[in-house]
Amino acid sequence: MKKRFMKNRRLFIGAVITGIMVLLAVAGVFFTPYDPNAMDTSAKLAGISLKHLMGCDNFGRDILSRILSGLGTTMLVALGTVFIGVFFGTIIGAFTGYYGGIPDEVLMRFNDAVLAFPSLLLALVFISVMGAGKLNVTIALGILFIPSYARIMRGEFLRCKNLDYVRSARLMGASDIRIMFVHILPNTVQVMLSTIAIGFNNAVLAEAGMSYLGIGVQPPDSSLGRMLSEAQSYLFIRPGYAVCTGTAIVLLILGFAMLSEGLEKNA
Amino acid sequence: MRKRIVFTLSVLLTLTIALSGCSGRKAGDSSRIVVGIPQDLEDSLDPHKAAAAGTREVLFNVFEGLLKPDVNGDLIPAVAKEYTVSDDGLTYSFILRDGIKFHDGNPVTAQDVKYSIEKSAGMTGDASLIAAFSNIDKVNAVSDSQVDIVLKERDVDFPAYLASVSAAIIPMANATPDTTPIGTGPYKYVSRSPQENVIMERFDDYWGEKANIKDVEFKIEVGDAMIMDLKGGSVDMSARLSVTQVKQLGDEFDILEGSMNLVQALYLNNKVKPFDDVRVRQALCYATDTQEILDLAFDGHGAPIGSSVFPAFGKYFIPELADKYPRDVNKAKELLKEAGYADGFDMTITVPSNYIPHVDTAQVLVEQLKEAGIRATINQVEWNTWLSDVYAGRSYESTVIGVDASSMTAEALLGRFYSKADNNFANYSNAEYDRLYEESRITFDDARRTELYKDMEMILADDAANVYIQDMAEFVALNKKFEGYEFYPLYVLDIAKLKVKE
Repeated sequence: MKKRFMKNRRLFIGAVITGIMVLLAVAGVFFTPYDPNAMDTSAKLAGISLKHLMGCDNFGRDILSRILSGLGTTMLVALGTVFIGVFFGTIIGAFTGYYGGIPDEVLMRFNDAVLAFPSLLLALVFISVMGAGKLNVTIALGILFIPSYARIMRGEFLRCKNLDYVRSARLMGASDIRIMFVHILPNTVQVMLSTIAIGFNNAVLAEAGMSYLGIGVQPPDSSLGRMLSEAQSYLFIRPGYAVCTGTAIVLLILGFAMLSEGLEKNA
Repeated sequence: MRKRIVFTLSVLLTLTIALSGCSGRKAGDSSRIVVGIPQDLEDSLDPHKAAAAGTREVLFNVFEGLLKPDVNGDLIPAVAKEYTVSDDGLTYSFILRDGIKFHDGNPVTAQDVKYSIEKSAGMTGDASLIAAFSNIDKVNAVSDSQVDIVLKERDVDFPAYLASVSAAIIPMANATPDTTPIGTGPYKYVSRSPQENVIMERFDDYWGEKANIKDVEFKIEVGDAMIMDLKGGSVDMSARLSVTQVKQLGDEFDILEGSMNLVQALYLNNKVKPFDDVRVRQALCYATDTQEILDLAFDGHGAPIGSSVFPAFGKYFIPELADKYPRDVNKAKELLKEAGYADGFDMTITVPSNYIPHVDTAQVLVEQLKEAGIRATINQVEWNTWLSDVYAGRSYESTVIGVDASSMTAEALLGRFYSKADNNFANYSNAEYDRLYEESRITFDDARRTELYKDMEMILADDAANVYIQDMAEFVALNKKFEGYEFYPLYVLDIAKLKVKE
């Protein structure tokens, strides 16, 4: 009983933190205390005050407003990345897992080859070819996420394809496509959800990392990673800048991590 | 067992405390200075091969050319005591200074000079760092004290190139200039420890005014670690610091403000729409507020400029041009309307991501241009990509960068806007400008040439060839124990002028 509660509590806290972060991000789209890009000479590196709850950065831009809008950017990139990864990963995984054979072998070896590369390095190659920017980062990271999802989904389809309900469906004359996506897919949701949560976290960190290196979201747009890299030069003068931004990243990751763990244990 | 550990630990602790007192330098060791430099001298210690500006600024203390620059950027005689030019402008005759010696004690001979110039010009096989030296036809050692350099074509700026470290005079007898550099400068090279330091010692037989401080250590320290070293006292001086870094230093330092000697601007690709229209370019100038850029991104430091010459070129610099386009958003909008862009337009500013000051400038520009209805977006690229795509490939719309002068000649700054110049990355083309430039190349009268250069500057400003911003400020932190640092209009660190405060 007690164990059960522990699991649920994790799920609960994770859901609350994530919920708040999502709410803040959504709110950031419609309302921020200041224009996140508006500069103000008189507020350069202003400290924490009632006017600016988290102070201002080196251009006199309100940090709270920038975190709110940056949260949205970061989440959007992460969601886009996970979507691309899950969508294509599921299709590839479904076909290779269900049919097997030589195409499966070829695709999976190719998959292994992509997985063998350090993902940030590959992303850098993509970006240098396609150019920096929000959309390109999403696409690059999304492509990098495909192999791991494909592998997981393939495993699920392999497991399910010889189960009784699939055999029955086949006997009833259901087409392969129907079996794959109507019968098997819903049974993989549990696994999918927890991998999505982990993937989302990785995507947030990857975006932050890429923006930190200056190749992700382009200035003056804010993203949590970009802000952290900008805050670095003012670590001694305005530690609050880096602390606030860092906390936002930590909370975002923490919430999703607890959510995914809770989901997994609840299964 | 436990006792032994405690004993060992306490011994270690005592030693740590006792030894930590030794790490600082002894007080009163006055004629020694540690200068922090941000990069190792990795390319070469051979002055004819050292391509990095960071290497040359250190080697400046060891080597001299036939001529050398003074703090005003004027040329003064160094290894040569005087020179004459033939009437056709093709033959330069240099008379060597009497009794001048290399660091190893041997006298400088005409043969050494001939060898050095030929080596520097790439006539002995190595590549040359000075493109203009391909113009050298031959070098003749006429007598023991006279060397003639014969050019293929006239070049009024030729003496300026000879003052570069890349044209330093070195002894012919030195078989390993890469590792055992010998020159004629105020300091002689002692040793180098890779990624750690370079050590130099005063050259007591120097021909000119001797250096004040006896021992110099150039300590290599990267990034913000330099600030830690300065604060901790293990570095006495460091140049090329940013405002942010300088702010973290305490009272024990004199902070000197100089300028980087470069032309920072929003460079426009004059061949790409809509920047091929002078009204659009002027609108961009009216839409920007230089002072606000300085305030926001540079804490108010920096010298506004209005054309492609920076203030250090006193003779050619026209200060009034900085105010040519005061901020006037309405005027900008009007000009845009005239040019057919009543609703503004989209543009991309390409910036090298490793230069944070330029990225910051671009961020402020985006905000300022927005008010005039111009929708600018920033595209950060890696430095190599910038060099290949923007600088060499010229496939860009606009870029924020600082352009320096490779030698103390206005030609080094203005020559790049000649329509046929290889380095005309702004794709600027103006028939009148070309005419003036061509005339300046063959004008030997200094007053007339200055006039031509000034006219060229005016054309660049009138045409709004680029959105000129500033000559960026640089900061030097010097421990209060020392004084005498002087800024050059070139990229050099002159240690010989430093001295210990009385």
